[in-house]
Amino acid sequence: MFLGLDYNTWWFLVFGAVISGYAILDGFDLGAGALHLFLKKETSRRIALNAIGPVWDGNEVWLVIGGGALFAGFPVAYAAVFSAFYLPAMIFLIGLIWRAVAIEFRSKEPGKMWRLTWDIVYSFACIVVTLSLGLMLGNVAMGLPLNEEKEFTGSMLTFFNPFSIMVAVTTLALFMTHGAIYLAMKTENRLYTKLTILAKNFNIFFLLCFGLTTLYTLLYIPHLSDRIKSNPAYFVFPAIMLLAIANIPRQLKKGNYRFAFVSSSVTIASLLIAVAVEVFPNLLLASNDAANSITIQNAASSPKTMKTLLIIALVGTPLVAVYTSFVFWTFKGKVKLDEMSY
Amino acid sequence: MDTEILSRIQFGFTIAFHYIYPPLSIGLGLILVIMEGMYLKTGNKIYEDMTRFWIKIFALIFGLGVATGIIMEFEFGTNWATYSKYVGDIFGSALAAEGIFAFALESGFLGILLFGWNRVSSKVHFFSTLMVFLGSMFSAVWIVVANSWQQTPSGFHIVGEGLNARAEITDFWAMVFNPSSMERLLHVWVGAFLAGAFLVMSVSAYYMLKNRHLEIAKPSFRIALLVAVIFSLAQLFTGHTSAEGVAKNQPAKLAAMEGHFDTAAVADMYLFGWVNKKTQTTTGIKIPGGLSFLLHQDFKTPVTGLNAFKPEDRPSQVNSIFQFYHLMVAIGMALIGLSLYAGWQWKRGRLFEKKWLMHLFVWAVLLPQIANQAGWFAAEMGRQPWVVYGLLRTSDALSKNVKAEQVLTSLILFTLVYATLFVLFLYLLNKKIKHGPVLHTIEENKISENSRRENPLMNQ
Repeated sequence: MFLGLDYNTWWFLVFGAVISGYAILDGFDLGAGALHLFLKKETSRRIALNAIGPVWDGNEVWLVIGGGALFAGFPVAYAAVFSAFYLPAMIFLIGLIWRAVAIEFRSKEPGKMWRLTWDIVYSFACIVVTLSLGLMLGNVAMGLPLNEEKEFTGSMLTFFNPFSIMVAVTTLALFMTHGAIYLAMKTENRLYTKLTILAKNFNIFFLLCFGLTTLYTLLYIPHLSDRIKSNPAYFVFPAIMLLAIANIPRQLKKGNYRFAFVSSSVTIASLLIAVAVEVFPNLLLASNDAANSITIQNAASSPKTMKTLLIIALVGTPLVAVYTSFVFWTFKGKVKLDEMSY
Repeated sequence: MDTEILSRIQFGFTIAFHYIYPPLSIGLGLILVIMEGMYLKTGNKIYEDMTRFWIKIFALIFGLGVATGIIMEFEFGTNWATYSKYVGDIFGSALAAEGIFAFALESGFLGILLFGWNRVSSKVHFFSTLMVFLGSMFSAVWIVVANSWQQTPSGFHIVGEGLNARAEITDFWAMVFNPSSMERLLHVWVGAFLAGAFLVMSVSAYYMLKNRHLEIAKPSFRIALLVAVIFSLAQLFTGHTSAEGVAKNQPAKLAAMEGHFDTAAVADMYLFGWVNKKTQTTTGIKIPGGLSFLLHQDFKTPVTGLNAFKPEDRPSQVNSIFQFYHLMVAIGMALIGLSLYAGWQWKRGRLFEKKWLMHLFVWAVLLPQIANQAGWFAAEMGRQPWVVYGLLRTSDALSKNVKAEQVLTSLILFTLVYATLFVLFLYLLNKKIKHGPVLHTIEENKISENSRRENPLMNQ
């Protein structure tokens, strides 16, 4: 126990925070990549790449930390989730490979075809990564068929249910909005104007997706709204979420992209929190038999490891926060291309 | 083929491909720290141009390391679910520590290293280079700790039985400082330094032969040669302590490395040879009793042989382990010879006159790479049939719900993707090398004639 909560709950919170951090940070990289082909001019594309250039790699590390956090704290869940999502996980990872190398390779040749090829690879990789991330999230929220050994018993087709597909598309829409807002903060003149228009359009796309997915959830997936409905205190979470979502178009209209970025970040976090509140204490719900579910209790490492991990997190997080802020601060302001740029 | 062999091939393939890059990043990182440190110390602009050139090569290598590395963390879960459940308490902790202490440091400061030249002061930039280098060193710490725990588990106890058995930490520091982790860490670090040093010497030797960029190539070569001389010799010691550790902790592995079957017999040391598993004989050029001497300082003391272990408890691919191990050792010796000879020629002032030597160095970049790979293959194959030595068998460690077709699909995907990446990597690396460094400062350089004279790396 630590401050009234047991270690497992603490680690659930840490894991959730890391995943939210990843979604917010790499969310704008992936979104910027997904909308890359909407930018037509060579300079625009270069500026967009250099806007994420110094930070995307650090942002991706949050995924590595999240993977390690799950592996260390809840090994049973880590084993079950990734062996269940075998092919979607592989596609997600191969997508991340192509995203990384496309950013690195694109600038290495001046040829038009070379650059166009990498623009396409880059953008598609980001779209595939985002969609598979959303698909996996949707399936985790919904639950998967598990046997008593906590092993997945479904097939590839299990993943392609309407809810998870809707979550995948919503994730893409949200990341594209988030990415466009980030790029708008980092650019000026005509490119800036273009991005402000894109941000508004993507936001409309997101609102449509969000509305449909929410409606579907309320109608067909009761376990994703039960807890909030039955406990008025939890209304604070959807309230924050709706305020954040409503604030995005408001700030976009005002042209205040910093606040818009804060709002889209809060939107991402609050959506994940809403899912976490509903599924807790499950990490992966068994859709066939609730008794087979993977929970923060039956999936957890030993108390000693949990304690060690919390110490590691307590020591590590402030360090990471300090130098991440330092890096973002170093590259603050509008993007300027120089000879070291992509 | 069944899921086990396919999963092993996939893991071996993806980790071996990944391992081309991190040792180069670590080794080149060290050399960047030296170069940029020299720039800070002397203010000589040549060091600035040099650093900036090698940063560009570093970026490409680092990029591929990141791209291929992220797969590794998730492959435990996708293909080795039972293993993940078994070791999560321990292995997961090491990975989590790697993420937060090493990768975050490395990737955070990488942005400044690559793009911050005009945005931060030269001291802050140097600090970032140092942090990226330290991050990559720390990342080796945690990965080697995790792997060494698989070789020599300690600081844990087993909870549960049969399918639900798993290892839990009882002593975190005993897990970190398990019997093999420190000696193996040093061995890995030094192997990485050599990989970086020989890359720098290879590219510099190429410029020398083409008579281009000499003002960058010569000092780069000297810095790297210094690193190579020191660490090729150091590798002799880390290699020796590692071998002693293997003898003590994993006698079956050591026996396989030297093709030694009979426990009652004196153990020979081979320069090269061939193991016939059926007849249990090893033929080749050997120092009779050499292994006995190495371990016990006596040519007559018997050494535990493979036959001391039940067939199902010892590695089966004895000849491969023998060959990988001997390849690594032979290359290690060759690197010492090459580095010392080049160092001696440097002392005589004739280093860059010898064309054949430069030709040799152009290709010698492959040697540490091959030795690093061979060493890991010997270490990992020698641990078989265990994934955690003496505790968990590789055949029991699989994801039970993953089918052979799925693994085959992903293996084909990885093969295609990695083959493409490798071709592109070589193409771009070659292009960068051909393009060469950009000299900003030839004029200013004349002014710093003084620092040039005081500095042995700049002489000739």
